[in-house]
Amino acid sequence: MAFISVTSPHSHRANSTAGVMQQLLLATLPGVLALFWFFGWGILVQITLSVITAVLCEAGILYLRKKPIAFYLKDYSAVVTAVLLALAIPPIAPWWIVVIGTSFAMVFAKHLYGGLGSNPFNPAMVGYAFLLISFPLQMTTWLPSEGNFGASTGVENTLQLIFSSSPADDASNYDAFSGATPLDELKTQLDLDQSTDILQQQDVFKGFIAGAGWDWVNVAFLIGGCFLIWRKIISWHIPVGFLAGLGILAAAFSLYQPAQYASPLFHWFGGGCMLGAFFIATDPVSAATSDKGRFIYGFLIGLLIYIIRTFGGYPDAVAFAVLLLNLAAPTIDYYTQPRSYGHDKPNRGTAKKDS
Amino acid sequence: MATEYAKISLDGLWYKNVATVQVLGLCPLLAVTGSVVNAMGLGLATMGVLIGSNLAVSLIRQFVTDAVRLPVFVMIIASITTCVEFLMQAFTFELYEILGIFIPLIVTNCCILGRADAFASKNPVIPSVVDGFMMGAGFLVVLLILGALREIIGQGTLFADFDLLFGASAAQWEIKLFDEFPGVLFAALPPGAFLGLGLIMALKNVFDARLEARAKAQQAPVTLGSKRVRTTGHIT
Repeated sequence: MAFISVTSPHSHRANSTAGVMQQLLLATLPGVLALFWFFGWGILVQITLSVITAVLCEAGILYLRKKPIAFYLKDYSAVVTAVLLALAIPPIAPWWIVVIGTSFAMVFAKHLYGGLGSNPFNPAMVGYAFLLISFPLQMTTWLPSEGNFGASTGVENTLQLIFSSSPADDASNYDAFSGATPLDELKTQLDLDQSTDILQQQDVFKGFIAGAGWDWVNVAFLIGGCFLIWRKIISWHIPVGFLAGLGILAAAFSLYQPAQYASPLFHWFGGGCMLGAFFIATDPVSAATSDKGRFIYGFLIGLLIYIIRTFGGYPDAVAFAVLLLNLAAPTIDYYTQPRSYGHDKPNRGTAKKDS
Repeated sequence: MATEYAKISLDGLWYKNVATVQVLGLCPLLAVTGSVVNAMGLGLATMGVLIGSNLAVSLIRQFVTDAVRLPVFVMIIASITTCVEFLMQAFTFELYEILGIFIPLIVTNCCILGRADAFASKNPVIPSVVDGFMMGAGFLVVLLILGALREIIGQGTLFADFDLLFGASAAQWEIKLFDEFPGVLFAALPPGAFLGLGLIMALKNVFDARLEARAKAQQAPVTLGSKRVRTTGHIT
C-alpha cells in the first residue's frame, strides 16, 4: 500500500484563465454604466463593434496559426482586450477607428508575439497608441458629458455619428456635439497662460473634482478595481504604486505652484487614471511579477503619466506610460526577485556559479 | 558563364537580398521609404554607388594589400557617393533636399562595403559590375515595395510627386486610390517602416519555406534497400 505524500495546501481551486477574464469583465461594469450614463449610447456601440472585431480576428489568426479555435476563444482574453480598448476610445469615434484599432491589437500586439501569455506589450494599449498616433483628430473628439444615458443625443443620432461620421441634422452641428476632455482643455488653457482657477469656471470642469462626468467614471472604475482586489484577481501593489507615483508628483508640483499645476485629486479622477491603474497596468502578462517589482512598476507608471500629462504633447498618457513600463518590466523583475525559502539573500539576476 | 551570372542575379534579387536576408542598410531603408518617389530616388542612388564601387574595387584588387583594403574601399565609396550627390543636386534638386542627409550616408551603408570586400575584391570586373547591379536592384525592389505600401496606407496615393525625379510630365502619374482617405499616419512614421519591413521579410520566408517543401516533394523517393554498412577494407 502506497501513501502519496502531498504538501499543503490540500484543498485548492484552479483559477482558470476564463474565470479571471470573466471577473475582470464583471468589474468593468460600473465603469461601463458610468460612461453610458454620461456619454450616451456610443460606448455600448463601441464595445459591441470591438468585441465582434476581436473575436473574428482571434478566430482568423488562430486558424492561420493552426491552433484550436474554440479552446482559445473560450478564455475570454480577446473579449477583455476588446472591452478595455473600447472603454478608452471616444464614444462617437467613427466605426472604422475601433475596428482598425482592435484588429491591430489582436493581430500585431498579441498574436504576432505568440498569443496570450507571450505578448510583451498590453495589446489594448498598443491598439490605443496606434490609433492615437494615426488618427489624432478622431481620437480626441469626445462628447460633453450630459447624463441620462445619452437621452439628448439619442440612439439614432449616435449610430449616425459612428457609422456615417456626421450627425443626422446637419454636418455643421458637429462641433456642438463634440468637445475636448477636461484634461485636454486644462492643458490648452494652461498653455494660454490661464491659471488653474478656470477649473471653477468652465462648464467642462463642472464635476465635483475633475470635470463633468469624468470624476464619476473614475469612481466607478475605482469600485470595479476594488472588486478585483477583493476577489484577488489583481494584487494591490500595482494600483497603489500607480496612484502614489501620480499623486506624489502632482502634490509636489501643485504645492509649489498651485496656479500652474492641477491638484492630485484632479489627476487621480481625471482622464483614464483609474481605468489605467486597476485594469490596464495590472495586465499579468506584460507587468512585473514580484510584489516589490509590481509596486515599482506601478509607481514608475504613475510618475510617467504625470510627466507626460503635464509636460508632454498629449493630454492623457496612460497608454504611453504603460507601454514604456512594459518594456522595462523584465529589467524590474531582474532586480526584484524575492528571497526564496532557505536562502539568506534573494537572487539578483542569473544564478552564480559558486555556493 | 551564363550560369554564373544567373547565380549572381538570383543571389542579389532573392537569396542574398540586401534588405530582407542580409538586413543591411536599414537606416536609409526605414527612413526614406515614406513614398515611392523617395524610395526610388535613394534606391537608384545606392545602386549607382554600388555599381561604381564594385567596378573600381575590382579594377584595383590586385594592387591593394589586405592590411589597407578597408580604408581604400571606404575612400572609393565616399568619392563615388559624392559624385552621385552632386549629380542629384544638379538634376533632381527637390528630391535631393527631401532625402537630405541620407544621400551622403550611403557611404556608411554596410551593403556597399560588404559587396566590395566579399565579392568585388575577389572577382573580375564584369561579374563584379553585374553583382553590384543585381544587389542594388534587390535593394531597390524592397525599397519600392515598402515605399508603395507606406504611401498607400499612409496617404492613400501611389506614385505621388514623381515629377521630382522624372520631370514635369510625370506629375500626372499620381494615382489617388481612395476618396476622402483619412491617412493612417502610423504607416508614414518610422514604426510603420519597421512593421512593413518585418511583414515583407515574413512573406519572403513563407515563400522560401513553400519552395523548399515543394523541392523536397519533387525529390525522388528514397529507395528502400539494405541499410547494412559495409565495413570491409581499411579504415584509416
